[in-house]
Amino acid sequence: MIRPVLTFLAQVSLTLALAPLLPGIINKVKALFAGRVGPPVLQLYFDLAKLMRKDSVYSRSSTGLFLAGPVASVAVGLTAALMVPMGGAGAPLHFTGDAIVFAYLFGVARFFIVLAALDTGSAFEGMGASREVTFAVLAEPALFLGLAALSMHCGATSLGPMLAAASKGWNTASAGPLVLVLAAWTIVFLVENCRIPFDDPNTHLELTMIHEVMVLDHSGPGLGLVFYGASLKLWVLGALVVKLCLPMSGRWWLDWPAFVAGMAVLAMGVGVVESVMARLKLRRVSQALIAAVVSGTFGFLLFLLQA
Amino acid sequence: MLLSTLFFSAVFLAAFSGVPGLVLQRVGGWTASVLLAGAALCGLVLAGAVLYGGMTWQADLPWRLPNAHLLFKGDALGSFILAPVVLVSALLSVYGKDYWSEAEHGYAARQLRFFFGICVGAMVLLTAAANALVFLFAWEGMAMMGFFMITISDQDASVREGGWVYFVATHLGTLCLFAGFSLLASATGTFDLGPLPAGFAATAPGTAAFLLLLAGFGLKAGIGPLHVWLPGAHASAPSHVSALLSGLMLKMGILGLLRLLAWTPDPPLWWAGLLTGLGATSGILALAFALAQKDLKRMLAYSSIENVSIIFLGLGLAMAGKARGIEALVMLGGAGALFHLLNHTLFKPLLFMGAGSVMHGTGTRDMERLGGLAKAMPRTSLLFLVGSAAICGLPPLNGFAGEWLIYLGSFRALGPGGWLWAVVPLVALAIIGALAVACFTRAYGVIFLGEPRTDLGPVHEAPDSMLRPMAVVAGLCAAIGLAPVALQPALDRAASDLGTTAHLSGLASLGYLSLVAAIGLLAAAAVWDRVRRAPSTVAGTWDCGYAAPTARIQYTGASFAQMLTESFYWVLRPLERRPRIQGLFPRSAVFRIRTPDVFLDRAVKPSVDFAAWAMSWLRILQAGHLPIYILYVVVTLVALFVWTLS
Repeated sequence: MIRPVLTFLAQVSLTLALAPLLPGIINKVKALFAGRVGPPVLQLYFDLAKLMRKDSVYSRSSTGLFLAGPVASVAVGLTAALMVPMGGAGAPLHFTGDAIVFAYLFGVARFFIVLAALDTGSAFEGMGASREVTFAVLAEPALFLGLAALSMHCGATSLGPMLAAASKGWNTASAGPLVLVLAAWTIVFLVENCRIPFDDPNTHLELTMIHEVMVLDHSGPGLGLVFYGASLKLWVLGALVVKLCLPMSGRWWLDWPAFVAGMAVLAMGVGVVESVMARLKLRRVSQALIAAVVSGTFGFLLFLLQA
Repeated sequence: MLLSTLFFSAVFLAAFSGVPGLVLQRVGGWTASVLLAGAALCGLVLAGAVLYGGMTWQADLPWRLPNAHLLFKGDALGSFILAPVVLVSALLSVYGKDYWSEAEHGYAARQLRFFFGICVGAMVLLTAAANALVFLFAWEGMAMMGFFMITISDQDASVREGGWVYFVATHLGTLCLFAGFSLLASATGTFDLGPLPAGFAATAPGTAAFLLLLAGFGLKAGIGPLHVWLPGAHASAPSHVSALLSGLMLKMGILGLLRLLAWTPDPPLWWAGLLTGLGATSGILALAFALAQKDLKRMLAYSSIENVSIIFLGLGLAMAGKARGIEALVMLGGAGALFHLLNHTLFKPLLFMGAGSVMHGTGTRDMERLGGLAKAMPRTSLLFLVGSAAICGLPPLNGFAGEWLIYLGSFRALGPGGWLWAVVPLVALAIIGALAVACFTRAYGVIFLGEPRTDLGPVHEAPDSMLRPMAVVAGLCAAIGLAPVALQPALDRAASDLGTTAHLSGLASLGYLSLVAAIGLLAAAAVWDRVRRAPSTVAGTWDCGYAAPTARIQYTGASFAQMLTESFYWVLRPLERRPRIQGLFPRSAVFRIRTPDVFLDRAVKPSVDFAAWAMSWLRILQAGHLPIYILYVVVTLVALFVWTLS
């Protein structure tokens, strides 16, 4: 009885507290590559504290729906954080078919963020919204093909057993298809979180952006929620990728630190990718996503041949 | 006895709901709504008794037609569809009272109520009809009333064309059903509808019967490529009639296919493959067409095709489960199809009623002319938002719960001893889900958000009598989404009628969806409260430094969807007039794009024209001279005389 409660508390507090650390790590790595000192690792915490104390400015065109975007992104991030396993074997909230609910939760956040962008009537935010919904059409099947492959592998539809079985399979014949699933999901992770090479969170050229351009009109606490929601999404989808690779010992004092270290390594990896790669042309983004879909398909087919 | 009395009361109350209004002029609208509400009460009590009480009923009355008797059987499958039919049609009649009022439309409003009632009565009959001839009578009654309702504004040429295409399509469907039912009767030896003998499905007549029934029911359900009648008909009809057609009448085609699945003990696996393939391709392409539409109601019509496709994916899984003998798959696929069917009977009428309110308030259904209606029509816009989120299949609304069951079915089919093509519905559903989000954020954003794109004049909110039925349906969408477990016994019984012994409770815990919804809503409420209280000021939109933005620089619906529609140009084949921009000071230019239904314009119409041309030689026989006709009569008589002699 006490163990699930402890897992729940550990998962919630770690997510709430550590999610904003990831962008800090990424930016620090990028700064080191560029030979700069860079902002402190805790910069996002400072920003959030500052934004939460500020006033908001709303557009005359916007309606009450405008705030639903940031609110939905944080609420979805928190709910999804309960459904993905982190340190323990299972997530605090797990049931048959939770993988599907997990994937659809991000659709809710997308729906409301896109509507909030259209709410301002700004042409630039319309562009970002249009790109967001377009790329999702390819990102969703890539994610689901990965889920289908893992479900073929272990016969479950809950993220806990699926990821646990996958992380045990790296030194068996399953390693081949697992690499393909990992590749597909890494691309989905980078696209969904708007990282280079698909989108640049630091750019100031609105014409080329996806996510950042949708939130131009947010300010004060609303903007804080947008930042916090984005870091939660980075954390939760990152956990999916990390748990796919990270084997478990079954001892909590080893698994939890290993998970946190894994997340830090993932953030550093993202930082390295952002430092050594340029942004892809917009038209190339969909080609990369098709590569993710193909990779997921072949992962599925390889599991099929092994079954 | 009591249950069959309830059934026939529902039929008669519905069918005669429009009759008093033909003579009673002032209170006609109210009487129709009250009578339909009575029908709804009878129908809901009956459905509750069957679905939650586990009762069944049967009525067998003599009929003077050969091979026919009036046989009705009340099972869980039919009752599951009966409930939304009576409930939603009663709400639609309340909505229609002010939307299509007698003050505005005069005699046509009375006619419309009359046809509406008979159509609902025929649909109620269909849910329990157990004899092929009874079924076809009710089917034809429903279809003809649909034609009369679609063409009620027949002074408009586009309405006449839409109605004509519907008329031809529906009769083609009925013809296929006649042939299909005859083949079934040849196997069972009776025109009573019921289980088919084992092994029949694999024979040549069995194959022919399946294809004919699939064509007949598929034409009514509007699965692509048999959907050609649907966009025109749904766009032309008054909005509450579009809601009836799309929300309820399409489902009668699905009901037929569900019955076929229930009757067939051993379908071959390729039946499942065909249903799945149709569902996957038509679902994705329907959304591509929906994204390219400017007309709100045409867009909603294409979205209906997409939703029917999702139901087909569930049906395909259930069929595969039956072919492979996987009981759990029959349950998950069947329950998923039924759940999505129920959901679509709620949110599609909600959206069509919302479209009606928009037309009522602004006088146009061209999305590109609208914008910013959320401020002038706050209630309509909130209700439309609920419908949009629900139809995208987003938790915690009802659309998600149904799709979740179909996903679970696909995952189950991928398991041991399963059907590996189940990865097709899985991936198709993922793509459909993402495209639906694109389609409905576009519609909602362009219509209700931002600033008005043209001068709309005075825009007014819909009256309460139109908003209340919408609010009831939206409330049901939310309630089912928050507590889908309440439907579990009903789904279990209805899907068991498809021929499975598995139970839903052991396969999917719908209660967990409520838990997730509760956590998410709690988190949202906590955060919302914090942000809402922050002090704020109001300014213009930050448009990257533009000093004087106008409403015309907003993203339009066409530009929002452009990246997606461009990748579907190979099938959309839009008609566009693109100006050439030349020189340093180009003259003002106009860009036009229109996406008609390519299947109707490039496949159906040419083949109909070809048929008309090929038949034109028959005109020689009909020259119009009376002596020639008399000659025909004489020749026929002589021929008959000779024939009887020999």
